Amino acid sequence: MANVLVFTELHDGHVKPVTLEILGKLAGQSADVAVIGDIGTEQIAALAKCGAQNVHKIKGANLDKYSPEGYANALAEFIKSKNYDYVFGGATSMGKDLLPRLATKFNAGLASDVVNFIMEGGTFAGTRPLFAGKCLAKVEVVGPKPHFISIRPNALGMTPNPTAGAGAANDVNANAGDIRATIKEIIKATSTKVDLTEANIIVTGGRAMKNAENFAILNQMADVIGATVGASRAAVDSGFAPHAMQVGQTGKTVAPSLYIACGVSGAIQHLAGMRTSKIIVAINTDPDAPIFTKADYGIVGDLFTIVPIMTEEFKKILGK
Amino acid sequence: MNIFVCVKQVPDTETKIIPTSDGSFIETASIKWIMNPYDEYAVEQALLIKTSNPAANVTVVRLGSVKDTEALRTAMAMGADDAALIEAPDNLDSYSIAKALKGAIDKSGKKPDLIFTGKQAIDDDALQVPQILAEMFNFPSVSVIVGFEQSGTTIKVKREVEGGALEVYEVSTPVVLAANKGLNTPRYASLPGIMKAKKKPMLQYSLGDVGVSDADRRVKYSGFKLPPEKPPGKKFDATDAAKQKEVVAQVVGLLRTEAKVI
Repeated sequence: MANVLVFTELHDGHVKPVTLEILGKLAGQSADVAVIGDIGTEQIAALAKCGAQNVHKIKGANLDKYSPEGYANALAEFIKSKNYDYVFGGATSMGKDLLPRLATKFNAGLASDVVNFIMEGGTFAGTRPLFAGKCLAKVEVVGPKPHFISIRPNALGMTPNPTAGAGAANDVNANAGDIRATIKEIIKATSTKVDLTEANIIVTGGRAMKNAENFAILNQMADVIGATVGASRAAVDSGFAPHAMQVGQTGKTVAPSLYIACGVSGAIQHLAGMRTSKIIVAINTDPDAPIFTKADYGIVGDLFTIVPIMTEEFKKILGK
Repeated sequence: MNIFVCVKQVPDTETKIIPTSDGSFIETASIKWIMNPYDEYAVEQALLIKTSNPAANVTVVRLGSVKDTEALRTAMAMGADDAALIEAPDNLDSYSIAKALKGAIDKSGKKPDLIFTGKQAIDDDALQVPQILAEMFNFPSVSVIVGFEQSGTTIKVKREVEGGALEVYEVSTPVVLAANKGLNTPRYASLPGIMKAKKKPMLQYSLGDVGVSDADRRVKYSGFKLPPEKPPGKKFDATDAAKQKEVVAQVVGLLRTEAKVI
């Protein structure tokens, strides 16, 4: 059995779902959670339900907002005071920025963006995609402990009946240390939707969207089914959508339960970024478009007529 | 001012990846190598700074196979002053890569003011090297940057986070910055630039020269394989206007009853 720490970030006071996915998968290990800042009792209960033994609330000056140095310094100080074999975190924007720096404070290794793992005899062995998902490989961490692992959101899934832990809350004081890169301002995104990498449903538009304005029909469908809207590289390069919306090898790799590709041909670099979606629906006028080879449900037809009909059908089925 | 840009050579995005028969890595013989797309933004930002600080020196550093030096020659043709190449296997882990890059930068004898990288390499997609490098140098770092403004000694950078929100950071040099698409528009190498690049100095090192050994490996990969193929799905013809509603209703119904995702 390994001693494991799971770092969770907070989003509007809530732990990220990936934390619960990780805890569920760690059944049989001794797992604690570390959070920077304060966390409500119902959030602690949610962590305990998924197996958290202790919930360490790390507090100190200059830790009120994220900085890679401050968070890494404070977490390193806490981790050094304990005896953890592994430190897990989500491969989120923050996790990707923070964990490599934190691991290097221990001269330790980090296996990043892992999509599945086992703890055999307390030793981690994971699977991760490489070349944007064009292939998979087994990944192991060697060298000094603790070993660090970041987990791709939505990849593990929730464990149906997790083994509960004690969920004992504990306040920890830590120093943020010297912070040289500080956030002065946050410019909010125009969209309030969940990020593509964490979205449960994604609707993507390709080159066939013709222009940025036409994305309105995708937004309408997305609003009905609670989806985040994405775009193919062709659509981004044509100026129809910003790069933040790009799915594929030079954009975001996504793994939602439902992916609806509208007017996306299915270039190899796009397929690489979305092929692990659970269910794929493709709408395209070209019956030979490569996207159909990955689609669970393919509709050969014009997206400009199909999408509005589909939106109405979703409304009916969802009672909206 | 000394600016270093770390670049990687990666398989072209259209490359079909084939694992080797023993699963130890991928077949590399027939791959078309390109400069990692995010690194182009890193090179361009360094060159933009050089435009307003003509005394600045831009060095590009790369680790990997020495057979093909495309990425470094491209960067020098774009305008970088010199290059360093560290001969290394293509499947090195992030910790070893960062240590080797630091070793090569230290060996240059130039104190780095700015180190640029791409936000990630599109081969192993580890997103680790810029942050590890910063920690090894004890420098601050900002990753996934889409905006850069310099006024005096203060640098304002915009980092893109989830959902397209931006965190605005203020830093001063020395600092490691990892570029995202959108930071700038990379220039094309001009013909005179390409000719000049051939005469620009390129130092070459072994991993040993820059202080890296097998003991520095922290992450091991094995069992490279293709992802499982999905069984063929169902395809519906909705080109006939009279049938569209029926077909779409059927698919939406299947999403609920069969796929259970709605």
